[in-house]
Amino acid sequence: MWSRNNAVPALAAAAGLLVCASIALIFFWIPEDADQGISQKIFYFHVPIALTAYACFGWGALKAFLHLWRRPPGADLESYVAIHQGVIFGALTLITGSIWARASWGVWWAWSSEQLVLFLVLFLFYSAYFMLRFSVEPGPARANLCAVYALFGVVLIPISFLAIRLANDFIHPTVFTSQGPQMAGSMFFTFCVAWAAMLTLAAALYHIELAGKRLDVSLRELRERLA
Amino acid sequence: MSGYLRDVALLTRKDVLLELRARDAVPALLLFVVSALVVFHFALPADAAELAAKGMLWVAILFTALLGLGRAFQAERQQSMLDGLLLAPCDRSAIWLAKTLATIVFLGVAELVALPAFALFFSALDWETVAGIALANLGICAVGTLVAAMALASRARELLLPLLFLPLAIPIVVGGVGASVADDGGRYLGFLALYDAVFAIISWASFEYVVTE
Amino acid sequence: MISARRLGKRFGRKRALDRVSFDLAKDGFLLVTGANGSGKTTLLRLCAGLAAATSGELEVRARREEIGYVGHEPLVYRELTALENLTLFARLYRVPAGEARVGMLLERFGLWEERGSRAGDFSRGMLQRLALCRALLHDPELLLLDEPYNALDARGAEVLDRELKDLAGARTFVVATHDPDRVSALATARLAFA
Repeated sequence: MWSRNNAVPALAAAAGLLVCASIALIFFWIPEDADQGISQKIFYFHVPIALTAYACFGWGALKAFLHLWRRPPGADLESYVAIHQGVIFGALTLITGSIWARASWGVWWAWSSEQLVLFLVLFLFYSAYFMLRFSVEPGPARANLCAVYALFGVVLIPISFLAIRLANDFIHPTVFTSQGPQMAGSMFFTFCVAWAAMLTLAAALYHIELAGKRLDVSLRELRERLA
Repeated sequence: MSGYLRDVALLTRKDVLLELRARDAVPALLLFVVSALVVFHFALPADAAELAAKGMLWVAILFTALLGLGRAFQAERQQSMLDGLLLAPCDRSAIWLAKTLATIVFLGVAELVALPAFALFFSALDWETVAGIALANLGICAVGTLVAAMALASRARELLLPLLFLPLAIPIVVGGVGASVADDGGRYLGFLALYDAVFAIISWASFEYVVTE
Repeated sequence: MISARRLGKRFGRKRALDRVSFDLAKDGFLLVTGANGSGKTTLLRLCAGLAAATSGELEVRARREEIGYVGHEPLVYRELTALENLTLFARLYRVPAGEARVGMLLERFGLWEERGSRAGDFSRGMLQRLALCRALLHDPELLLLDEPYNALDARGAEVLDRELKDLAGARTFVVATHDPDRVSALATARLAFA
């Protein structure tokens, strides 16, 4: 079957090309930022990675919802793998955000950065998801628990965002905005390429991990049948 | 009264009766919340602001609730009574609603002592704080009961509950502390009400999936 | 009433039930035999809707209020009295004239004198009788009994014998036991697990 054997390598190749292209654009095409210099270029990594993490969490919640609604086989595994990718990209968001904070404000951590705080909350939440998943016997009960918790996650994202915005009002009365000057056309194009690169990369990783996990399951079944 | 509400009332009364018989939770919650306030007195420097004490009050309430939630399904756990309730023809969400109401009652009783104690030890309370606590109780117990049922299924029950619960409770703390310390407390009360509504609905809708396969 | 096709259930890597198929007509009596850990309890839990199969198909044509279940645990609250437990379930099951029915069952199973004692103070045998009362309370169409003679003394076992004999042919039974002699005369179908 072409689709099964070639789709993942094709996706991986596309991801590789797009990542290379975005790096080339970021470092050699767009001009350096007048205020922040080279350090501003991390914006083209940080924001696409964060948006990709949201996409992964959303995809995981969608699969979780499908599992609860229609019970298609495999939806539980797909939801888990999507959230796993989401947590990887979420951790990268925290790391790149922290570097950016260091470069522009001289501190490794800034509670005033809403995006950073939100990702910390989400990182804690989804780490708890893994704790839940690994402390329950695999089976239909675990699939349900994980699906419900994953759904709580996507509800928590906007609620937490709102909460953090409200908290900044009483913890840091001066409202901080990361809104820089309006993006020029070349910057916007670069940003879109970088975002597409990250999304394709996440999709490729998702399919690779899924294929591996499915292989594990088939192997175990085969072994049991032989035993 | 419709059948659904009758089931909820029956199950809530059962939980309150069990608590009156066994006295498992409420005395422990009372002792814990007062002890926590005393600890906070020594944890706060002498010239700490009143605002810091109010923040501590919220920490005390959150952890007291966590202690209570850990015991919420105690009776069901010991005798696999959850199976007994699941076999009954009542809607599964009625089990969640009854447990949530019972937990609100127990937490409320603990707070009836904790709030005057706070006023005595630290500073007087304004109505925004009290309203915030009432609203927060709903959210804490609604989400907490669902998460406690989740933790029930796992091997690391006691360990897992706080891990699952605290990230979900962060918005409650923001809303509660905001209502206590900000000038325009009403905005934060509104946020707490929003949180309660959103999470109560999804907890109500998803409880069945948590307890069945 | 029940039809199972290649029914399977696994807990993690352990296979508790492996490709079980059977049909049970309405008012039939299925006797499930087998050693401890052979999957009897799992099968009954699947039929009661307390667990979901991991493979195969299972159809149980009975609503939840039409099922009576006796499992390993008595499924009563230890801090409540025998009477309070049964009254609670009578209300949850909407048993008409619940109080009279509760009283009659307590009487029949020899628990009337003990109705005001906490279930937690009961002996194993008394708890089993209470569990049987709870399962029979709403006069269910389908009775799923997992080792119903467990811990019963001679008198309790006789009461249960009589109860089963009265209901056999008028209700559907699935009875799991490792000691089939007591009920084998009533069985219309058998399922033996290795």
